Order: sequence, then C-alpha cells, then structure tokens
Amino acid sequence: MTTGAGNVLGEVLKADQAVILQQWIEAQTTTASMRSELLSRGELHEQSRRFLTALVAAVNEGGVDASGPPYAAIRQQLEEMSFERARLGYTPVETAMFVFSLKQPVFARLRDRYLSDPAGLVDRTWETTVLLDTLGLFTTDVFQRAREKIIARQQEEMLELSTPVIALWKGILALPLIGTLDSARTQVVMESLLQRIVDTGAPLAIIDITGVPTVDTLTAQHLLKTVAAARLMGADCIISGIRPQIAQTIVHLGVELSDVVTKASLADALAVALKRSGLAVLPVRDGARANPSRHAPSASQPVED
Amino acid sequence: MERIPILKMGRYLLVTIQVDMHDRLALALQDDLTTRIVDASAKAVLIDISALEIVDSFIGRMIANIAAMSSVLDAETVVVGMRPAVAITLVELGLPLKGVRTALNVEHGMALLKARLLMHDEEDDDHPAR
Repeated sequence: MTTGAGNVLGEVLKADQAVILQQWIEAQTTTASMRSELLSRGELHEQSRRFLTALVAAVNEGGVDASGPPYAAIRQQLEEMSFERARLGYTPVETAMFVFSLKQPVFARLRDRYLSDPAGLVDRTWETTVLLDTLGLFTTDVFQRAREKIIARQQEEMLELSTPVIALWKGILALPLIGTLDSARTQVVMESLLQRIVDTGAPLAIIDITGVPTVDTLTAQHLLKTVAAARLMGADCIISGIRPQIAQTIVHLGVELSDVVTKASLADALAVALKRSGLAVLPVRDGARANPSRHAPSASQPVED
Repeated sequence: MERIPILKMGRYLLVTIQVDMHDRLALALQDDLTTRIVDASAKAVLIDISALEIVDSFIGRMIANIAAMSSVLDAETVVVGMRPAVAITLVELGLPLKGVRTALNVEHGMALLKARLLMHDEEDDDHPAR
C-alpha cells in the first residue's frame, strides 16, 4: 500500500517535475528566507533541480519511507547543503525552509489530480507531509551538528593559541595568559609550563595575567596551584600584569597571594627575574651606540655580587 | 630487604631514588637517613626524585617529613628533579610541601646547598663567642 501510494506521488512528481520546480524556486526566492547575498539564483536553481530529480527517483523506487536506502543520495545531498549553509551563516529555519517550501507546489499538483476524491487527497497530502517533514528535520539535525563541529574546532584552536610559553632570557620563561581561566585551560597551561620548565631547566617563570579579564576565587585558586606545582619542581613563579581592578578584587575576595611575588607589569617582573639571575640591563655607552651591531647582543651582562 | 642507598660526599649526603617508592621503602629511608645524618654529622642533604613517577598522599607526606626531620637535625635539605606530573598530583592532593626546599635538577640543588652552607658558615664566623 505504501509503495502504491508512493507511486502515485512519484507519478505526480515525475509528470509535473518542470512545473513543480519552477513554482518551488519561485516560492523560495519570494520568501524572506532567500539570502540572495549568500547564494546566487543560479546556485539555488541547481540545488533545487538536483534535489527534485533525486526525490522523484527515490519516491518512484522506494515509496515514501525517507529512511530507506533509495533515499541515501538525497540525504547525502541535504547533508552537504546543510553543512555549506551552516558555514555561510544561514539560520536553521532558513535551511529547513528549503525542503518545506516544496510542499505548496506539490500539494497544488495533488489537488488538481484528486479533484473528485477528497479522501485520496488527504491521504496523499499526509504522506507527502510526513516525507518532506522528515527530510526538513534531517537538514536541521545536520545543520546543528555542523554548527557544533565548528564550535568544537574553534574551542580547540583557542586552547592551543592561548597558551604559549615564551623564553624571555636564558633561564627565564614567560607565560602570557589571555582569556578566562577555567579548569580545563588551567590544566593545559599548567602542564605546558611545567613541561617547558623541565625542557629548558629555567628556574624562573613569569605568569602574566594582563589578558585575563576577570579574576574570581576559582581563577586565583588555579593560579596558586600552578605556582605551587612549579615551586615543587624547583622553579619560582612571578605573577605580573595585575591591573588595579584585579588587585582590588583579589583583596576583596580574601585570596592569599602573599607567598607569591606579584608585580604590576611584565617589565617589573622581568627586572626582578634578571636581578635574581644575577643579570642587569645597562645603558649602552656612547661609543657603542654609534656601532650598534657590535654590542647589541650583549645588552645584558653578569654583574658581580 | 631493598634499601635506597645514601651516599656521603664531604658534608653532603646524596639520596637518589631510582625505584618506585612503596610505603615500607619510604619508612626505611626515613630511618636510614636520620641515622646517617647524625653519624656523619652531615650539614646538607640532597634528595633526587627525578626517577619517581608515581606518588600518593603517603609518599608525598613522607617526602615532606624526611625534609622536615633533616632540618631538625640541622641539615639543609633540598628535593630536586620532581616531574611535572608528580608536582601536579601533589598540588591536587593538597600537599604543596610548604617547608621543603626544591630545585630543578642536581646541579641547581648543589648550588643552592653550597650557598646555604656558605651563609651558615658566615653566620657562625660572625658570632665566634657563642
């Protein structure tokens, strides 16, 4: 029975394919969901034509069960289209409307054919609705997954981008933190810092929080954990880049930072670090300045204790 | 029974933990080390844990205890070469080992001990009457 009904629908679609396609494209271009700035008329025409051709073939072969193997090609096409539209910035509604807007032209054809048989018309309409709804919801599902994939990838990229460990000088590392510190990021930050400490044998590390927008008790806790872990390995940490508001917040929250050396700017922290390493930055003598290439690399030199 | 060797080098005692610590081994080390510090009248102890891969709260506390005991016996103590994973574990366990001096590797550790001993000697020289 399903196959029989599908065949009626298939016949209708096949016989009036050209008319349905034209009306469908018309319906799509006149609604608000048409994004002419994102998708050209030609591309829309091509997409619609391919979809309708595949649908006619699928309905004639496998009836109206959209989960059957004859619909594999259609699902494939919808998947590609939804991914593409998610990337272009369509909304889920606009994406699903691509399929849903096909209903009206098909219903009009069915009406013409079942003029004298209201019961048959209702049956066919119901089957068509179920079929197109399934396909329409499928696009939404794929669209959602595409979006989630994009978000997950961006999160990964951010995690990698935001935790570089820089060697400022021999034996002095810097870790400029940018963005909010949550548990997952702290873990990555802590591990990469400690690993670099082992790799480089640097006894001093500067954690710069200029780019951290807010510090709450949890963030402070994470920072202190990182400092404690580094200390256990034998490296000292200096926290720098504390903005006035953050200093106020830290004190108001009652966070105990007295065990840690804190500095207002990265420059101050670097000065402390150089001093502890027994180094000093000295102004270049007048004679040397005239020939900077010769003395430039040795701007910092050991001083006697 | 398996024991961790303690090497004497001048005024220094060197302990390198090359095997995974289990509880009895840690207790034996605590006994041996305190005895050796007294017998050898050592002034500095260096404990190398760079081969230690796994710690639990007991071993963490043992490290802290051993360091504290050495300090009581007037020996400067430094723990060197802790691995990142071990450090993170101890912090997560809530054992930041506040009283323990640490260094990145044996070289840094020896430099630190030398500096501390030098400071002690100078202090002693400053007060010869005592």
